Amino acid sequence: MTSGLLQRLGMAAITMIGVAVIVFVLLRVVPGDPIAMMISPGASPSDIAALRAHYGLDAGLLAQFVVWARDLAHGDLGTSISLHRHVLELLAERLPATLELAMASLVFAAALGGAVAVFGALIADTAMAPLVDAVNGLFLAVPDFIWAFLLVLAFGVFAPVLPLSGRIDPSLGVRFVTPFYLIESLLTLRFSVLVDIARHMIMPTLALGLPLASIITRVLKESLREAMVQDYVLLARLKGMSRLRLVLQEALRNAVAPTLALTGVQFTFLIGGTVIIERIFSYPGIGNMAVDAVINRDLPLIQGLTLVFGGLFIIVNGIVDLLVAAANPRLRHG
Amino acid sequence: MVQLNRREALAFGGASFLTGLLLGGGAQAQATDTLTIAFNVNLPSFDPCVGPSSVNPTIQAIYRSIFDQYVGQDPDLALAPGLLTKWGWNDDKSKAWMDVREGVVWHDGSPLTPEDIVWSIQRAGDANGGNPVAFVWASLVNFKVEGQRITADCKNFDPTIFKWMAFLTGYVLPKAYYTKVGADGFEKKPIGTGPYMVDEYQGNAFLRLKRNDKYWGPKPAFETVVFKFVPDGTSRVAEIESGSSDVTLEIPYEEYDRLKAKPGLAGVCQPITDIGMIFITNVEKEMLDDNVRLAAIAAIDKELIAKRLLRGYATPIDTLDAPGYEAYDPSIKTPYDPEKAKKLLAASGYSPEKPVKFTIQTTRGFKPKDYETIQAIVGMWRKVGIEANIEVYEIAKHYELRAGHKLAPMAFYNWGDAIGDPTCSTGFAMFSYSPNSAWKSKDVDDLIGPLWGEKDEAKRIAGWKAVDKYIAEKGYVIPLVQYSQPIIYKSSLKVVANGTGALQPTLVSKG
Repeated sequence: MTSGLLQRLGMAAITMIGVAVIVFVLLRVVPGDPIAMMISPGASPSDIAALRAHYGLDAGLLAQFVVWARDLAHGDLGTSISLHRHVLELLAERLPATLELAMASLVFAAALGGAVAVFGALIADTAMAPLVDAVNGLFLAVPDFIWAFLLVLAFGVFAPVLPLSGRIDPSLGVRFVTPFYLIESLLTLRFSVLVDIARHMIMPTLALGLPLASIITRVLKESLREAMVQDYVLLARLKGMSRLRLVLQEALRNAVAPTLALTGVQFTFLIGGTVIIERIFSYPGIGNMAVDAVINRDLPLIQGLTLVFGGLFIIVNGIVDLLVAAANPRLRHG
Repeated sequence: MVQLNRREALAFGGASFLTGLLLGGGAQAQATDTLTIAFNVNLPSFDPCVGPSSVNPTIQAIYRSIFDQYVGQDPDLALAPGLLTKWGWNDDKSKAWMDVREGVVWHDGSPLTPEDIVWSIQRAGDANGGNPVAFVWASLVNFKVEGQRITADCKNFDPTIFKWMAFLTGYVLPKAYYTKVGADGFEKKPIGTGPYMVDEYQGNAFLRLKRNDKYWGPKPAFETVVFKFVPDGTSRVAEIESGSSDVTLEIPYEEYDRLKAKPGLAGVCQPITDIGMIFITNVEKEMLDDNVRLAAIAAIDKELIAKRLLRGYATPIDTLDAPGYEAYDPSIKTPYDPEKAKKLLAASGYSPEKPVKFTIQTTRGFKPKDYETIQAIVGMWRKVGIEANIEVYEIAKHYELRAGHKLAPMAFYNWGDAIGDPTCSTGFAMFSYSPNSAWKSKDVDDLIGPLWGEKDEAKRIAGWKAVDKYIAEKGYVIPLVQYSQPIIYKSSLKVVANGTGALQPTLVSKG
């Protein structure tokens, strides 16, 4: 058990080092020099050199990497060129917003996708079954950013009941101790603030969650279909168990493992999807910050963000493996 | 008393929460004393003198709300007293002098002093300080303060130095406060002397400002100003259409026309100091042929582009000094003449059947209809004997290529010159020693060189007009259009369009 954990941690460390090296090199090879973007008309070569030195970009690639790796080992991700603040501080400030949004989307997707899959399994032999598949197929085909624009039109313009941008109403003037606004407002029982934050999250959550929900529906429904023809289910049916109980108590338990594994993979894509969704809804998470970082060729910030995304993928996959093992006794006992 | 069991209590709580979510206040903008602006860019940093954001023209609207510039600027681009009430040079222009306004206080209540001004200029001029235009500020040295008057030696005479004081990075920062809190502390709690004070900032979300009741200038109309950072154009349209914001800007011209016709909304779309142009790089042999360049210019129907593609919200231009700029000369013309273009190309052995071929680079979606404009131009060129291959690039790539003199033979770009001085338009775009020029030739340098330090203002402006005329005759650059900036706002408000394009809250009032 311990050796397995150590092996997994070792692999995670190697993956992160690989990500760090690749990102560092790629960022310096792809077009877009951050200093070129700042060079003003009239700057002389010495002015440009001074600017380059100011941002630590005057040294060679290897020297820059050594400095960066050394600082990284000390927990220093550098200072953002465009935001003039420590990258670690910025990530700590913005990551919770993205995590709250991603978790809310996951919960929503799991609830909706699970419910539709169970409903689909219940009506599998009826004339309505193809309708569920057709609607689910439609949801599957529409990408998250299209959902975002549709939601903006529906709830922002035609029936303006939801806020279009941001994480909280600027007029509230609420101070938070932590960057986890949703959780903090819940724990401190500030329900009016909680409602406001939740309202700001509805549209981005739906946009991110709907495509994932349809994937969950598809996989879980298929797994349920397979489980429903297994011997133990047939036996339970012969004992007179209702179809609802058959699905929920017998089939679902065994059908959930493949869905969990796939949901884990899809969740990493969902986190990647926050980049565009946060942009559309002006949601102040790391996705939105990543767009600005790329536009400004803010190398330290892009590197920090990539490490965070890489770390999240590794953590999520680790959790998923544990959950899958917990849900499947054959895996749990080797 | 009504007793609820656990299930009923949960159901009641859930129902109340859902009701709150949907009915928790519409998406309307806030109280009448609050102005909410759906802004098109994020504010990366509060320091208006350092880093990429300091030279971003759009963000100046926010900086000008929090800080004051040495010299102010009216919406028609005219300079006006700012924290300096008067300024000038001695007779031989070896020294500059500045009179500092009295009675100005910082947002923390401490008084503005001439030392703040001196420190701000010196900080900006430090070559190692991260100011992208440090060379401008470094031209003033050996400061002396006597009462409210500051004098300095001109290391090299720069006729535009006081104009820069109303331009990019020309902001006064608090010496004592900044020294005390440092760069990090200043980013967390910035103070200035401007009409608004920072109340709360959430990067990528919003900036809330409160009125500075001790402001030395006219009292701002709104108690609170909220800048919502909404970089997505569609979302900005939704913000104003839903009533979530009071004002927005930089939306597609089609949406501008639609929205301004809606009840409750109004719009203004005035020319700003932002132009679209095509750089010509004098590296490949085709671009060294006068006939090819002049034919390329004569074959472009700019009127048609302005009218059809840009829906009339652009003004065709023939020089890099656009209308409103100091050296604008309406007599310089490069008319649309496809027959002349054909003759010029024929003289060099080209025709529609045997076209001259080269690449033109352009951004896509960076400026209104940029890609479509280049597509239209390529179509016009094809008819006269020019076959251009369009290459789309990101703006970051443009900067890198331009700095290395590696742009394609032709490259679309937009140029801004908010002070309207020819040095910042024709000068920096065409002088070969400028890292931002693409056409680098001695004949142009010989004309421009003496103008940098010209002390006679009339002679200086006349000199720049002559440069523009020469460049137009030789076809070293292709000026296209001067853009107009679309602003949509609630009809209960009044908005004064700013020639620089900076949508300052102080230019918005209650109608």
